[in-house]
Amino acid sequence: MIRLLFTIIAGVLLGGVVHLVSILALPRIATQDAYSRLTPLTKLNAVSALPLAAPDNNVIPFMDPAFAIAVCRYDLSTGPIKLAVPVSQSYTSVSFYTRNEVAYYAINDRSAGRKVIELDLMTEAQHAELPEDEDVTAADRLIVDSPSARGLIVLKALAAEPGLMPQAQASLAASSCKVQTEPPPAKQAEAPPPPPARPGRR
Amino acid sequence: MRLIFITLLALLLATVVGLGATWLTATRGTEFGTLTIGAWTARPKTGTADVDPYSRATIVRTGELPVGTGDGVAFSATTDDRKRPLDGRCDIVVSGITPPARFWTLTLYDRKGRLVANSLQRYGFTSQEIIRGADGGFEVRVASRSRAGNWLPTGGIERYALMLRLYDTPVGVATRTARDAPMPSIATVGCP
Repeated sequence: MIRLLFTIIAGVLLGGVVHLVSILALPRIATQDAYSRLTPLTKLNAVSALPLAAPDNNVIPFMDPAFAIAVCRYDLSTGPIKLAVPVSQSYTSVSFYTRNEVAYYAINDRSAGRKVIELDLMTEAQHAELPEDEDVTAADRLIVDSPSARGLIVLKALAAEPGLMPQAQASLAASSCKVQTEPPPAKQAEAPPPPPARPGRR
Repeated sequence: MRLIFITLLALLLATVVGLGATWLTATRGTEFGTLTIGAWTARPKTGTADVDPYSRATIVRTGELPVGTGDGVAFSATTDDRKRPLDGRCDIVVSGITPPARFWTLTLYDRKGRLVANSLQRYGFTSQEIIRGADGGFEVRVASRSRAGNWLPTGGIERYALMLRLYDTPVGVATRTARDAPMPSIATVGCP
């Protein structure tokens, strides 16, 4: 009887470990996550418009039907990415997700404060390789550090009324997301590593 | 022989308990970091890099993309203010005021996150297109048959969820109470 009780206690304790391990492993083993669902619909390192949210289109659940949405699926292994999104009439935002859908950064048109949201997305290693003087001359350039080499950039433009949807879609269609073609100039030997200038809102 | 049996029993129990708990938490969600105001619940931390492991598990399981904190915050409701589940065959009134935000949208989904088909192609309202009263408040009628004013059709489905998303808003991780974020009330006014 005592032995059976011990067995049950041991089983439940071990079950707790199984539970924690499986919760932590789930983001890595999930096959129906947003990135996997978007992979067949989107191009790598380019902006792809998503079809409008509709009852028969459920690529991503709980998407806001008031928005025109475009996705840039990125892979930073070939170099940093330059993103430019023209601001639409009412509201535009850009959200960054890692491969496992952690929303690590988001910015909207007002916090960008211009007519075009311009960003450079790079890994922390690529950011560290950036020559310092270039960092200073381009002080107004916004650099976002991606925690993972792959991920998703979601561009959203609000259509405040259904009739404004074509305008919102058009403003997203004018946006660009591409790998920076020119190789970054070699780092000077004496240059100290630039400060980790991460953008504010996280 | 007995030792083997007991070890197997313990391992079997561990698998059932562990995976069962994982399935339950990933399907139903947990209370970690939730902000509940009236019938509305938000998880502002899902839009940041320090999202908790349970929310991450839920997000990858459902395949959704959480609203980033710099973008906005999403509140969802599956019951009315009296904890009664939202029923698409009843008339439900969402009324009052919303927290400060540049824009908000109110959207109706089925429990799996799909939009509900209707002939008007009306899946929700934005703060711009809603008809307001003289005091700035609004009243949305969520019902299966057409209603005057702001009518949000349910298609007569049994259970649904409402999502109120605030964009460019001070509401977020630091919000604690209804004083910072006055949410609209949800009331069931009549069932056939």
